[in-house]
Amino acid sequence: MTVAPEVSPEQESELAAAFDATIARHDRIEPRDWMPEKYRATLVRQIAQHAHSEIIGMQPEGNWITRAPSLRRKAILLAKVQDEAGHGLYLYSACETLGVSRQELTERLISGQQKYSSIFNYPTLSYADVGTIGWLVDGAAIANQVPLCRTSYGPYGRSMIRICKEESFHQRQGYELLATMMRGTDEQRAMVQESVDRFWWPALMMFGPPDDDSPNTAQSMAWGIKRDTNDELRQKFVDMSVPQAERLGVTLPDPGLVWNAERGYHDFGQPDWDEFYAVVQGSGPCNAQRIAHRRRAHEEGAWVREAATAFAATQQVATQHDEARS
Amino acid sequence: MTDHDTPTPGASTSASTSHDHDADHGSVFDGLLGGDDSQWAFGTDFEDPLAGVDTTIPDGVDAAALASYCLMLGDDALVASHRLSQWASNAPDLEDDIALANVALDLLGQARLLLTRAAAADARLVPRLPEGSPVPPEDALAFFRDESAFRNVRLVEAENGDFAETVARLLVFSTYRLALLQRLAGSRDGVLSAIAVKGVKEVTYHRDYAGRWFLTLARGTAESRRRLVAGLDRVWPLRAELFRTHAVERTVAEQGVGVDPADVADEVDVLLEQVLSVSGIDRPEVPPTGTVGGGAGRDGRHTEAMGRLLAEMQVVARAHPSGRW
Amino acid sequence: MTGPADRPRAEWPLYEVFVRGKRGLNHVHVGSLHATDDEMALRHARDVYTRRNEGVSIWVVRSDAVAASSPDEKDPLFAPAGDKVYRHPTFYAVADDVPHM
Repeated sequence: MTVAPEVSPEQESELAAAFDATIARHDRIEPRDWMPEKYRATLVRQIAQHAHSEIIGMQPEGNWITRAPSLRRKAILLAKVQDEAGHGLYLYSACETLGVSRQELTERLISGQQKYSSIFNYPTLSYADVGTIGWLVDGAAIANQVPLCRTSYGPYGRSMIRICKEESFHQRQGYELLATMMRGTDEQRAMVQESVDRFWWPALMMFGPPDDDSPNTAQSMAWGIKRDTNDELRQKFVDMSVPQAERLGVTLPDPGLVWNAERGYHDFGQPDWDEFYAVVQGSGPCNAQRIAHRRRAHEEGAWVREAATAFAATQQVATQHDEARS
Repeated sequence: MTDHDTPTPGASTSASTSHDHDADHGSVFDGLLGGDDSQWAFGTDFEDPLAGVDTTIPDGVDAAALASYCLMLGDDALVASHRLSQWASNAPDLEDDIALANVALDLLGQARLLLTRAAAADARLVPRLPEGSPVPPEDALAFFRDESAFRNVRLVEAENGDFAETVARLLVFSTYRLALLQRLAGSRDGVLSAIAVKGVKEVTYHRDYAGRWFLTLARGTAESRRRLVAGLDRVWPLRAELFRTHAVERTVAEQGVGVDPADVADEVDVLLEQVLSVSGIDRPEVPPTGTVGGGAGRDGRHTEAMGRLLAEMQVVARAHPSGRW
Repeated sequence: MTGPADRPRAEWPLYEVFVRGKRGLNHVHVGSLHATDDEMALRHARDVYTRRNEGVSIWVVRSDAVAASSPDEKDPLFAPAGDKVYRHPTFYAVADDVPHM
């Protein structure tokens, strides 16, 4: 393992001042810049978690590809799950600029050392869930992600721009699926409502615990890694979702959800945070299944990756022979 | 550095799935790009492969035969796509997850165009649904036909097996399909011709993808070679069926709208032999899979895997025959 | 966590991908990916970065073959490795005791 050269305290404080000045200018930090180890560690954790969420997120939706009820929906869903693989790939690449390889990150994911968004530990139980995930889960993800396009770390921000650009279709396709189903049969309308009932609270949890219980938020905001607090984003999401639900004709399962004219925002109930922490700790309905799936795919692919490496090595030898002969 | 002017896999994806990225309607994403898209190389829009194509059935063509023929090619693509789509989130690495999804999306796009053409040529093929059902013809065909009405070859039906078997099957299938589509580009039916022209670009890529992986696995490690040989042995017996001429294929070939698969047998064989020889893999010595009472996939006589495949594919659609999706 | 010594199978090398979105434009850096060689990198690039019918032309180059000078990025400490854009993957050891890592 390479060891970073020793830095004298004077050098370090000079570098730290330059780093702080860059952040203060709202300029981007780039891979070759000096950065505090904690900044780097925080970024690695956040980007990796984000990448893992994309990759694990392929599973609940992928669950319905072979059963999609129309060929158009099948194409949309397959393209969407494919996008998630691409987004995971972009984010792993961003993480590699911080010196951690995709393979290492994958190993940390399947060993449970690193987390992914807890929402994907819930099962998809009907085709309506494909729509609800698009509308609420991607909607929540977008609310989280859009500010990240302006995050202080350059490669992360650039990956996020590419992702957000592609993601814009995800939320629309989800909402459109639900809207179409609501114009269908009574059974379909019931299916949509049941799905929204199951996903509403987990979607609210996606913004993380309330600010008072979120110890990392302040430092992340100071560094420009994070740009809004959990509660701010959650409020924005609720305010966005209410009129969308009305247009759709579904009820959001929160009796406490009312417009507060004084505040200019909706009041709403709190998700069951005990459930949130339980799922984070591994006892959600699908935690074990999601990791086992990822582990199996990774391990079953090992011989293929090795074969490609071995083949490339023989090709290099062959090229060298050719060059030696000519 | 390596420079490469690229054809575009997966192009069908979006033509048919309305990823109209450039039409973000006042979305939260506005302004992220700083007004200059070009620095991101996001790319361009898609074309409708059937734009401006004359959809009338040419004179002297048996519409029922044309429709059945479209089902054959469409079902091949639909079922192959179904199997490939099962690799999503299961591939050896992310890059190949994406690549396999592109192949599956291309084939799904071809299937949709072909099933739609089949329904247009002969509406009697389309299963009857409850009065007022909004299910479009392509979906009625895909989701409401019983197994015996599917006309695909049996090659595409089996479970995927491991990556090596998938590669072996994709190599055989795409070599066969590309040979068909290349000739079909000259079809007298303007729609089939346009579908084939688009398909040639796509399937050329599929064949290239499979061929390169075939070579890589053959010359990679002992393990990959062993798996490839085993996979090829399972796929190879179903090859003979591809070149049996069905009465429908004979009719459409005679009428200048379709291709007699027997005519591409030699060409496909030569190409496969090339890949085998470059890879140093012996031609499998396994007997061809027999027929069922003289019939095979094109006659609606399938393998045992087919029923389960369709049960899964059709389950949601069949539960909602008047559903809107 | 397994150390590098326990993992003899090297990961596929990292490649940088450049795409010319339309004729008349420059190639721009769009991201990176893993591949065993140039050919595979091109094919992967086509799948990953142009799957939306994007890209008239693609360049790929191994990340460790990129020589870089960027006086504005403050990296004096990292010479002699500083001429590589990406100092991966072993520079940064994540200590086992960092929480949630």
